Amino acid sequence: MLSTPRKRALAGLAVVAVGALALSACTSQRGGDGETDAATDVDGTFVFAASADPASLDPAFAQDGETFRVSRQIFEGLVGTEPGTADPAPLLAESWESSEDGLTHTFQLKEGVTFHDGTAFDAEAVCANFDRWYNWTGLAASEALSYYYGKLFRGYVDTPDTAVYDSCSADGELEATVQLKQPFAGFIPALSLPAFAMQSPAALEEFGADEIGGTEEAPSLSEYGAGHPTGTGPYKFDEWSPGEELTLSAYDEYWGESGQVDQIIFRVIDDPTARRQALEAGSIDGYDLVGPADTAALEDAGYTMVSRPPFTILYLAFNQAQPELQDVRVRQALSHAIDKEALITQVLPEGTEVATQFMPDTVNGYNPDVTTYEYDPEQARALLAEAGYTEENPLSLTFNYPVNVSRPYMPDPEQIATVISTQLTEIGVQLTPQTDAWSPDYLDKITGTPDHGIHLLGWTGDYNDTDNFVGVFFGAPSAEWGFDNPELFTALNEARGIPNLEEQTELYEQINEQVAEFIPGVPLAHPAPTLAFDPRVESYPASPVNDEVFTGIVLTE
Amino acid sequence: MLRTIGHRLLLLIPTLLGLSILLFLWVRALPGGPAVALLGEKATPAAIERINELYGFNRPILEQYATYMGRLLTGDFGSSIETGRPVVEEFFRRFPATIELSIAALIIAVGIGIPLGYLAARRHGRISDHLAVVLSLVGITIPVFFLAFMLKYVFAVQLGWLPSDGRQNPRIDATHYTNFYVLDGLITGEFDAAWDAVLHLVLPALALGTIPLAIIVRITRASVLEVQNSDYVRTGRAKGIARRTLRSRFILRNAMLPVATTVGLQVGLLLAGAILTETVFAFPGIGSFLARAITARDFPVLQGFIIFIAIIYALINLIVDVSYSLIDPRVRVS
Repeated sequence: MLSTPRKRALAGLAVVAVGALALSACTSQRGGDGETDAATDVDGTFVFAASADPASLDPAFAQDGETFRVSRQIFEGLVGTEPGTADPAPLLAESWESSEDGLTHTFQLKEGVTFHDGTAFDAEAVCANFDRWYNWTGLAASEALSYYYGKLFRGYVDTPDTAVYDSCSADGELEATVQLKQPFAGFIPALSLPAFAMQSPAALEEFGADEIGGTEEAPSLSEYGAGHPTGTGPYKFDEWSPGEELTLSAYDEYWGESGQVDQIIFRVIDDPTARRQALEAGSIDGYDLVGPADTAALEDAGYTMVSRPPFTILYLAFNQAQPELQDVRVRQALSHAIDKEALITQVLPEGTEVATQFMPDTVNGYNPDVTTYEYDPEQARALLAEAGYTEENPLSLTFNYPVNVSRPYMPDPEQIATVISTQLTEIGVQLTPQTDAWSPDYLDKITGTPDHGIHLLGWTGDYNDTDNFVGVFFGAPSAEWGFDNPELFTALNEARGIPNLEEQTELYEQINEQVAEFIPGVPLAHPAPTLAFDPRVESYPASPVNDEVFTGIVLTE
Repeated sequence: MLRTIGHRLLLLIPTLLGLSILLFLWVRALPGGPAVALLGEKATPAAIERINELYGFNRPILEQYATYMGRLLTGDFGSSIETGRPVVEEFFRRFPATIELSIAALIIAVGIGIPLGYLAARRHGRISDHLAVVLSLVGITIPVFFLAFMLKYVFAVQLGWLPSDGRQNPRIDATHYTNFYVLDGLITGEFDAAWDAVLHLVLPALALGTIPLAIIVRITRASVLEVQNSDYVRTGRAKGIARRTLRSRFILRNAMLPVATTVGLQVGLLLAGAILTETVFAFPGIGSFLARAITARDFPVLQGFIIFIAIIYALINLIVDVSYSLIDPRVRVS
C-alpha cells in the first residue's frame, strides 16, 4: 500500500507532468488571429529581427545599419534611390537642377506631403533641416554624432572655411535652393542617406533634438532621439522598449502607396544563431546577414532567401613593403593563379559576382573594359620563373587573414583563405598563414603596420560614390598597401574635386584601368549579403545600399 | 525576531561598503586605466582626457572616492555608455523580466526537486533512488548554455511546441503596467497575454532551473536519509507516534533545514545563470544586458548592476535565514 507522503509526492510529480504536457500541447504561433487585414486577407504585422537597438531614433546623429533600417521606414529624404540600384531617384524632391559650377542646387518639392505631427513639408522645412545640420556646435558637431554630415559636408558653422554648405533659401512653398561653397559631385546621391532625411522642424524643436548630453564617447540621447522621431515616411513611431522591441505603424496620411505591412515590429536578438532559430520557430518574419553556412539549409527548408545586389568588394591585397611583391611580374603571377569563379562557388553566398576592379559595377566610373588577369596557372608559373622563382627557390610569403569574424563582404575568412591558399600553392608559392582576431588586432596590424604579407580585406559602400571605394584604398600612401605611386594619388585627388559627374566618371574609368595595370592586389568578388524570410514573404525590396522600405514587401498570408 | 532582522540589515552595510570599495578599485585598476579600457588601445589623448574629465578619473583618489560614495548614496549610478540612459532606469526596466524568469525557475527547481529528493530517500537503495541520483548528477554537470540551446532546438525549432525567444509574442498587443508580463496580463484581464508570457517562460526556466533542481534533489535526499535514521525519529517510532505525524513533523520539517539554505544559495546561482540563459533565449532581462555590457566595457552599467544584484542577494539570504528560524524553533531560542 502507498503511504501518504509518497502519495503526495507522486501526486506532486503528476501535477508537474500534466502541467508540462498541457504547456507543450499549446503552440506559440498566434500570427494571424485578430490582426488580419480584412481587405487583402494577410497578416499585416511584420516582425523583423534586428541585431541591436537603434543607436538613436534621430538618423542625423547615427551611422549604423540598424538605426538606418528603422529610419528608412519613418523618414524620407529629398532624394531616394532607383529600386534595386544605388542611383539617385526623386523622392520628396520631384526634380532638381544643378548649376554648371555645381554650387547651386534647386529642388522642386512634392506637393501635399505632411510630417507625422501634421506639420506641412515645404521649402521652409527643407531649409530648417539643412540649417540645423550646419549650425551644430560642440558635441553635436563631433564625429561620433554627426558622422556623415561631418564627413561629407566637411564643416559646421564653427569651421566655415572647410564647409561645403553655404545657405538654403525657400523660394515659395515648393522650391528650395541649396547653395554650396565648393563643388561636391556626390551631393545629390549623398542626400539619399538616412542621415540627411527630412525631419519635422516643429518636432525637432519641441523635443529638443539637439540637446545632447554626455561626451563624444558616451553621448546621451535627446528627448527627440529617444522617443519622438517625426518624418514623412509610410510608418510612424509607436513605441520603443530598448533591448526588446520597437514598434511602428502605418501613417494614414502617407502621400505614397501604403503596402500590405501595416505594423512593423523590430525585435532585438543579438545572437546570430538565435535569429536563425527564431525564424525557424516562426517567431519572426525575417532577418538580415544570414551566415553563408545557413543559407543553403534555410533555402532547402522552404524559407524565402533574398540576396541584395552586391555593393561590396572583397580583395586579396599585396603589401609592397615586402620586397618580393614589388616585382610586378610576381603580382601578375599571383593574379593569374587565382580562380575567382571557383572561390565564389565554393565559399561565397549566392548572388556573389566576380570582381574585375575595386568597386561594383553599380558605382560611377566602373570600367567594363578594364584589363583582367584570367585564371591561368601555366602562365602564372611562367611569370614566377621569369621573376627568378623556381622549385628549388620558391616564392615564400606570409598570408594574413582574420578569424572568428563575419563581415558583409567576407562571411567566412577562414574558408576563403583556405581556397586561396590551395590555388596559390598550386603554382608553387610557399605560404605561411598568420591569423589574428578581427578587432583590434587584425585591423591594427593591416592598416597600422607594414608587418604583413598578402592579406584579405574588403569594403561595403555607403552610397553611390566612387571616392568611397577607390579613394579610400588608393588615395594616399598607406601601411595596408605599402606602395608609393604619386601618379595614382594625384589622379584620385583630382577626380574627387571635379564638379561635373560625367567628367568625373570618365576620370575614374581611367583610374580603374591604371589600378588594374599596377595590380596593388586582386579584386576577388562582390559578395551579396543575404536576408532570410518566412515562406509567407513573397518578395522583399532588396537594395544594394539597404534602401529598403517595408511597404514594398509582398506577403501571401 | 525583529531584532534578528534588524541586526542582519545592519550587517548589510559593511558588506555593501566593502563591495563598493572593491568595485571602485576594480574600475581604476583596469589595464591602462578606465579610459583606455573603454576606448581601446588606440585612443587619442584628447579622448582619454575627455573621459577622465567626465568620470573624474584625473582627480585625487580620495576625492574620487568621496564623490563616488556620495553619488551611490543618492542613488546616482551614472548613465550607460552604450545606450545613453541612466543605469538605474536600465536596471529597473529589465529587472521584472529576470525576477519572473527566476521565480519560474525556482518553482520548477523546488516543486520538482523536493518531492523527487524525498521520494528517492524513501526508496533508498532501490532502482528509483539510483535513477534519481544519476539524473541529478547529469543535471548538475550539464552546462547551462548547452542545455538552453538543446531545449530550444528540440522544443521550439524542431517540434514548435513552445516559443523560442523573447518574453511575449510581439503580435499580442498587451498592456504593461508593472513589466511583470504574467502579472500584467492577470491585472488587465488579458489572459491570453498572460498565458503567452507563461509559455515564453517555460524553456528558459527549465534551462535555468535544472542545476538548482538537481542540487535540491541531492540535498533533500541526503537530509531526509540522515534525519530518518536519527535518534529522535527512532524514539518517536518507539513511542508509537503515527507514521504520518512522524513523517511530516519529525522527518520532513527537520530535513528541510539544509534544503532551505541551499535554495537561498541557488538564488544567487540563478542570477548568474540568467546571463547565459537570457542571451540564448533573447530574453530581455538584466542577464542579457549585463552580457552585452561586459563585451562593450560599459562599466557604469557593470558597477551599478553588480551593486544592485549584491543587495538583492543579501536580502534573499536574509529572507532565507528568517524562514529558517520559522522552520526550526531551535534557531529562535539561540
